[in-house]
Amino acid sequence: MTVAAELELKSFVLLRLGERRFAVAATQIAELVAPSRVFRFPHRTPKIEGVILRRGRMIPVCDVAESLTGKRITERRLYLIAVRSYGAKNEWVALPVTGECELINAELMDASPSDEPHVGGWLSHGGDVIEVLNLEALTPGSEEVSRGAAPQKSLEVQP
Amino acid sequence: MRLGLPAKPAPQRTEQIILFRISGQVFAISSASVKEVRGADGLAGGTTEVNVPGIRKVQEAMRRGGNSLFIVNGAAHFGLPASQGALVFVLRKTRTALLIDAIEKMTTMTRLQALPLSFCHEERKWYRGLTALDQVVVPVVHPDGFLTTEEIQLLEAALPPLENSLEDTSSETQLPQ
Repeated sequence: MTVAAELELKSFVLLRLGERRFAVAATQIAELVAPSRVFRFPHRTPKIEGVILRRGRMIPVCDVAESLTGKRITERRLYLIAVRSYGAKNEWVALPVTGECELINAELMDASPSDEPHVGGWLSHGGDVIEVLNLEALTPGSEEVSRGAAPQKSLEVQP
Repeated sequence: MRLGLPAKPAPQRTEQIILFRISGQVFAISSASVKEVRGADGLAGGTTEVNVPGIRKVQEAMRRGGNSLFIVNGAAHFGLPASQGALVFVLRKTRTALLIDAIEKMTTMTRLQALPLSFCHEERKWYRGLTALDQVVVPVVHPDGFLTTEEIQLLEAALPPLENSLEDTSSETQLPQ
């Protein structure tokens, strides 16, 4: 492989949801953690199950399996903690996955205009063509925040 | 050689909160936001029926200091299974009295995390944020988040004309501000 070709390669994390595999840019992954208790409370945002507590941070759990595969996942082995961008602000979101994740290097092929909004591109790996996920389109938050639901700052308690 | 005195740690900021329960779900509210706690039974007779289509969570209002307070059924507001409601929080600086099932305890929170931006619907108005108490996450409700200005206007319009009803003075607990 030439240096030029190597430069085209990017790192991705492959995740499994049921029978299918998807990819997320490795730069968007914070960590992979074992399932922990999901704290649920009333809300109206689809796909969000609740939050998990990770090192003092409350991270929303977003089940994207139904959107991507048409089925909710019943077995979850890990949470992939991804960095989701909200304009200038980044926040973590936990994606339940059903199998081990794999770090690979691959060439990203651009998405076409006919692709679903959640498709950020494509890559080829192990004989499969795999969707690279656009988390901003896949997980809730973007359109509503831009419509004016003002993002709040994390704050320490005021006496 | 003299060593300098160790730096005094900054006092931790805290906020007194009340943990309460509605249909099995625990919430927190700043105790400074709660003006009174009243038994729901004690309100009987001191309330006026209110019926506004689209605002089913409010079915009664109570007179308080020249104003009408609208009793919001917490279970209906949060979309939880219906519950009887045993206590009412009269919320300070609002037109809301909140019907809840029970008070769990009063405690202190030291950190309030803003609601993650993934939560992007009505809950952004409902909650000030989330806090963790003994490794359990509890949503902290916003006292102004139960009724919008428009809802209050509709409810006011639905109230019968002022009667010479006696202001209810039944059993209540005044909370310090």
